[in-house]
Amino acid sequence: MCLAVPSKIIEINNAVAKVAVDGVVREASLMLLEDVGIGDYVIVHAGFAISKMDEEAALQTIADMRRILDLGAGPD
Amino acid sequence: MRMTYTQEFKDPEISKALVARIREKITCPLRLMEVCGTHTMAIFRYGIRSVLPDTLTLLSGPGCPVCVTAQKDIDTCVMLARRSDVILTTFGDLMKVPGSGSSLAGEKAKGADIRMVYSVFDALAVAKENPDRQVVFCAVGFETTIPTIAGAVLTAKAQGVNNFSIYSANKLTPPALATLMETGGVDIDGFILPGHVSVITGLDAFVPFFEKYRIPSVVTGFEPVDILKAILMLVAQKESKAPGLVNAYARAVADTGNPKARAIMDQVFEKADTIWRGIGKIQDSGMVLRESFHKFDAAKKFDMPVPDTREPAGCDCGRILMGLKRPDQCRLYKKSCTPMHPVGPCMVSSEGACAAFYKYSR
Ligand code: SF4
Repeated sequence: MCLAVPSKIIEINNAVAKVAVDGVVREASLMLLEDVGIGDYVIVHAGFAISKMDEEAALQTIADMRRILDLGAGPD
Repeated sequence: MRMTYTQEFKDPEISKALVARIREKITCPLRLMEVCGTHTMAIFRYGIRSVLPDTLTLLSGPGCPVCVTAQKDIDTCVMLARRSDVILTTFGDLMKVPGSGSSLAGEKAKGADIRMVYSVFDALAVAKENPDRQVVFCAVGFETTIPTIAGAVLTAKAQGVNNFSIYSANKLTPPALATLMETGGVDIDGFILPGHVSVITGLDAFVPFFEKYRIPSVVTGFEPVDILKAILMLVAQKESKAPGLVNAYARAVADTGNPKARAIMDQVFEKADTIWRGIGKIQDSGMVLRESFHKFDAAKKFDMPVPDTREPAGCDCGRILMGLKRPDQCRLYKKSCTPMHPVGPCMVSSEGACAAFYKYSR
């Protein structure tokens, strides 16, 4: 029921976004989320965007893990 | 490299190193519960159980919405579906759950007007298209879903869609975890907390639970790296006897959650006691419509005698979602209970422990 894959906002009309994930485009209501715009990645649950992905936090998580696990900087 | 938020968290090199580190760190048997049904599915899909040491047991918790829906609520939805003035709408998972006498799928086969929807807004659209019928949405969900239902109720009110109502069997996560901790015989060393419930509630909602029970608790996402990272953190906390409440899903979960979604949820709903299948009544763990929204409450709108219910004989769903039993320890598992002919809801929902076990352990 919960689509865990973040989708990219490609269009916004009246608080309804068109979001794309793996080439599939669907609509998602923006009623539950503040401050989102075109180009942002969001988590969509049952037709509603509920969270905006934080790119800095994502990069940080990966970097921290590689460091803790003694794995080099990784592919870039 | 452009961040996709998924590929990076499937990295085999990181996953392997995490598994090695888990194996290094663990010295005694550990039982961890993944609370959320989406985690259960991900854990099976990525074969995570098979790479973990034998001393580490993963238990599926009470976080599959359909699995914890009380028989009484299923029976009430069946009764609603039988009314000729009603179009019943629901998420697909609920259709096949057996009630005491019938299921929604069974009623549909007999001609009831039941429609599966992807979003509660689709149900609202059905109401607008059918002004002479009553459209009821069966709401079963946790904190992730409840704000979406609140959003639809607010929209219905604003647009004057008075033939729309919901039957609320919604539930809140933290009270269920507290109940697990209070129940005798439940033996859990740490919790993988639900990622998308936390998107809404934030880490903050779990603070009182953590302060009270001091049990290792990690919020995480749904990719292999997320899940293995959470497991490593829980093992490390347990081994060093330093329990913590940690957010390992910072890319999606803010410590304060999503305040806008919570405000909408709290505007429409208030807490009430509710019954969880196999567990019983848990205080303040349900969400019912506030008085100003009673017009949209199917339980108030329709005169429905509370049905006499019984849970299916021999079904161990309740014990399974409390971590007291594994699906293959239920005597009906794979015998009279299969995904084609489910006896209990844990075999119906794709997020259910029995269904996941059946699909992947052969
Ligand atoms: S195998 Fe079937 S009967 Fe047994 S607990 Fe699971 S759902 Fe219930």
